This record gives sequence, structure tokens and C-alpha cells, in this order.
Amino acid sequence: MNAFSESDTAGGSTMTALPGKSPVKLTINGESTTVEVAPWTTLLDLLREYLDLTGTKKGCDHGQCGSCTVLVDGKRVNSCLTLAIMKDGSEITTIEGLTGKDGALHPMQQAFVDCDAFQCGYCTPGQICSAVGMIKEGHAHSDDEIREGMSGNLCRCGAYPHILNAIKQAYAATEKRTAA
Amino acid sequence: MINFSYTRAGSVAEAVGAKSKANGAGRFIAGGTNLVDLLKENVERPRQVIDITRLPLATIEEGPNGGLRLGALATNADTAYHPEVQRRYPALSRAILAGASAQLRNMATNGGNLLQRTRCYYFYDVAMACNKRRPGSGCPAISGQNRVCGVLGTSDQCIATHPSDMCIALAALEAVVRVSGPQGERTIPFAEFHTLPGDTPQIENTLAPDEIITAIDLPESPYAEHSVYTKVRDRASYAFALVSVAALLELDGDMVKSARIALGGVAHKPWRSPEVEALLTGKTATKENFLPVAAALFHDARGYEHNAFKIELGKRAVVRALQLATKGTASIRDVNGQTADA
Ligand SMILES: Cc1cc2nc3c(=O)[nH]c(=O)nc-3n(C[C@H](O)[C@H](O)[C@H](O)COP(=O)(O)OP(=O)(O)OC[C@H]3O[C@@H](n4cnc5c(N)ncnc54)[C@H](O)[C@@H]3O)c2cc1C
Ligand code: SF4
Ligand code: FES
Ligand code: FES
Repeated sequence: MNAFSESDTAGGSTMTALPGKSPVKLTINGESTTVEVAPWTTLLDLLREYLDLTGTKKGCDHGQCGSCTVLVDGKRVNSCLTLAIMKDGSEITTIEGLTGKDGALHPMQQAFVDCDAFQCGYCTPGQICSAVGMIKEGHAHSDDEIREGMSGNLCRCGAYPHILNAIKQAYAATEKRTAA
Repeated sequence: MINFSYTRAGSVAEAVGAKSKANGAGRFIAGGTNLVDLLKENVERPRQVIDITRLPLATIEEGPNGGLRLGALATNADTAYHPEVQRRYPALSRAILAGASAQLRNMATNGGNLLQRTRCYYFYDVAMACNKRRPGSGCPAISGQNRVCGVLGTSDQCIATHPSDMCIALAALEAVVRVSGPQGERTIPFAEFHTLPGDTPQIENTLAPDEIITAIDLPESPYAEHSVYTKVRDRASYAFALVSVAALLELDGDMVKSARIALGGVAHKPWRSPEVEALLTGKTATKENFLPVAAALFHDARGYEHNAFKIELGKRAVVRALQLATKGTASIRDVNGQTADA
């Protein structure tokens, strides 16, 4: 406990009763699920602790590393700074959901394998979800733009050059598909 | 993180009502990128969190008098990539894109960006004293780790900076903040929105506790052709500004008709000095004329042990930003040109 909590400018909460859990309805990787969560449960904790979807990683828990990146309604976000209760009704895609029903890897996953774009692999699910989100956003065309667009995903192993190659490979594959 | 209750506001009136009723112990939440972080650090300890994300405030539309109106809940990403923002207010696009990461910008909202709290290390550490977090407890930053702190408009109570990039461009563009409260709506000129620390560093802006930001109005701007946002930071991306400059020029040939310069990373609010900007009026856009302007902007600056470098760095960033602005607004795809290390 900190010595100053009583008079902190934040309002000095003196909670009496614990607010209860409430149901949150989410479509996760295509499946509709309802989970009872407390207001302060983050989307990251919901995925990992309630649903056992541990592919999404907790690195910093403060928005600083990107390892918790998932897609919410198609957009990449940091699940560690997202309160699950606020996303009631949303569609969530995690690394587990990128793989096809038949188990086939998503082109971005395949490209990461092909290009050896990881070492320890801890940042990889976040990197892949982020890269998928980035391509959808449609602003990354050059190497510089890809690097900038991926700057929210840190890799402590320093696999950056291979990550860039993987994203370019997957990007080319997607463009070919959409052009065809 | 402390336990809190959760309410989802269905209308602006409901949001304002809930905030009034919570009597200082309520917090609005929008993107959550700052509030959730501060909840985890126990810096924010609300009894109630009021979700405003379902309010219809996410549009970007034409505003009065040829301007543009940015909804408070429009995300930073949607704002930066909006074609009209890019075309008419390029410095704003660049400033937003220079901040945080793509994921965070997808979450962060325009209203929340204005109200994000300082990144002073002591403010974040509840085991330490901090006049901003606990008035009267002291300011360990003044004689401590103050690399990220300010050099302009500081007080002997607090030397923290406002960390936003977006707000620096909004200050230069003389945006107007639209707010709604129990007494109805009002507008706050951007220069009067954020405040200096003085003796009350816990107060950071002129928004009343039960007011909500509904939109930000951008007035028509003659600066689109010569707009720049230069950000200097410890790494090339995904880091807060040490010093940043929004520089807007209205040129007639190589003569400056008017100039706007706003500084980030140096003060408790986006820093502007219209008297100093006026020194450029009628002058040619040359380095010789930019140097005294840069010097005048930092004339009253005071450096501390670990941040005195910001004064020289700031002056050079001003000159560079004005030189780049003279050359003309760069392509949005030039991710390095506008924001590279100086
Ligand atoms: C790792 C990291 C790096 C970052 N880097 C940068 C950077 O380089 N540059 C930069 O500028 N920013 C940076 N940011 C900060 C980010 O831009 C802000 O956190 C964000 O803009 C806040 O918006 P939000 O909607 O998420 O706010 P929230 O966290 O939801 O809210 C912030 C505050 O605003 C209040 N609020 C929100 N909306 C309203 C409203 N409409 N009316 C009244 N009150 C409201 C909330 O009550 C809360 O007190 C960074 C953040 C992180 C986590
Ligand atoms: S500079 Fe301001 S925020 Fe930082 S420790 Fe001092 S009072 Fe707190
Ligand atoms: S765990 Fe979410 S950004 Fe690091
Ligand atoms: S592969 Fe180890 S952190 Fe990126």
C-alpha cells in the first residue's frame, strides 16, 4: 500500500461493497461466448485466464510492448489496456483464430515460419496479429512504413529484419490474392 | 488496481449526470490507453468508471466557417488518416502519427488525448511524493530524475510536461474545445484549455470536473502548404517527445505573411508565444531570421540537472522545423522526414 492513497487526487476511493461480475458477450475467433467478468478485468486477462487462449502474451501489461496485440472488430489493439466489459458485443480475433478451420496457417503465420522471423517466440503472436491489422489498414507500402507501422511491437530477441521480410512476403501474397 | 463499478453512458446528459453524482470519484473512460495504465499503477483510484464509448461523438465532419469538427470519440488513427485532416491540417496528421503506436492510436480518442496525464516518473510511482498526485507532498523531480520534465513555465511546485503530440498541432492550429456540462455547452480556446502548474499542479486544464469534451473544432487554416511537425525523441518511433515543434507558415513567395509555432515536451501545456511568432511577419523565410525567433522562444527557459539540453535542442528543432515548413508540407508517406532525430 502506498502512504498517500487516502488523499491522492484520484478521489481516494473507500470501496465498501465489491461491484459484482457481469456478463460480457463476445465473438472470439468466430465462436460466440459469454463470460462473467469484473469491470476491471482486461481483455488480455479474459483471454488468458478465463478462456485459456494463452497464445496472446502478457509482456509489459502497460501498452509498451505489443505482445498482447489482438484484433477487435478487425482493428489491432493492445488487449492489456482494454477493459473486457467495454467490448461487449465485439468480435475478437487472436493468434489462435488466424489459423484456418482445417489447421492451415494464415499467410502471415506461414511467412513468419518461412522467414525464420522469431527466436524465443514470445513477441510473435503479437507481431503476427499486428502485421495482419497493419495490412488491413493499408498504409504500409515501403520498408520504412512497415517498420514504422510495426513499431508498437517490440522484439527483445531483435528479430526485426526477419520480421520485416516475413511481412513483405505475406503482403505480396495478399496483394496477389486481391489482384486476382 | 482498485475495484470499481462500471456504468455505460447512453447519452451525453447521462454521462455528465453520472460524473456529477460520483462527486470526484468517477472517471470517464474512452480509449482507456491512459486511464487503464494509471488504474494499474494505483495513480487513479476511482469508485466508478463511466464508459463513454457508445456516445455518438465519433464523427469527423465539416465545422462552422470552413473548419472541421473532430468528434471527441473519433480515434487518433481515424483522425490522422482522415482525408480532410490530411489535406487541410497536415501538421495534425503528422503529430498524431508521431505519437504512441498504431495499436494505441486505434484505441486512443481525441478527447482522451487532450486529458492524458504527465509521464513524470514520480507521478507514476505512488511510493514517491508528488505535488500533482498528492498536493503538498513535494516535487522530487526538481532535484531528481528530470530528463523528461519541462524547461518553460515551470514552478517550484511542479516541472512536469504535457506529453501529447496531437495537442501541439492543435495549439498551433488554434483549435477550440467544445464541452458539455450540467449547465449546458461551452467552448474553450485551445490556448486556455491546458494550464501551467503554478501552485496547483493537480489542476491541468480548465475543464470542470463534471464536463465532458464533445468535439474539437479546427478553424479554417491558410497553412496547409507549409505545415510541419518535428519530433525529437530517444528512439526513432514509439517514444514520447523530448522536444517537438509544430511549425506552420503562410508564405508569399519567400516572405512570411504569418507564422505559428507550438512546442511540445518543454512545458505543462503546449507552448506558444504569439509575440515571438509575430517577429517573423514580413521577414524572408531564412535561417538568419529563424535563429532569433528560436532564441526568443527559449529566452525565459530554465534547465534542470538532466534536462538543460532541451533548451539548445529546442532552439535547433525550431529552426529545423521552420526550414522544413518553408520547403513545404512533406508527403504523409515520408515517415522519417518529419519526425527523424535532429
Ligand atoms: C506506451 C504508450 C506510449 C504513448 N506514446 C505517446 C506519444 O508518443 N505521444 C502522445 O501524444 N501520446 C502517447 N501516448 C498516450 C496516448 O496518446 C493517450 O493515452 C491517449 O491519447 C489517451 O486517449 P484515450 O481515449 O485512450 O484516453 P483514456 O485513457 O480513455 O482517458 C484519459 C483521460 O481522459 C478522460 N476523458 C477521455 N475522454 C474524455 C472526454 N470526451 N471528456 C472528458 N474526459 C475524457 C478520462 O476520464 C481520463 O481521465 C502513449 C501511451 C502509451 C500507453
Ligand atoms: S514534476 Fe510535477 S508530476 Fe513530477 S514529481 Fe514534481 S509535482 Fe509530481
Ligand atoms: S502486454 Fe500489452 S503492450 Fe505489453
Ligand atoms: S522472438 Fe523473442 S522477443 Fe521477439
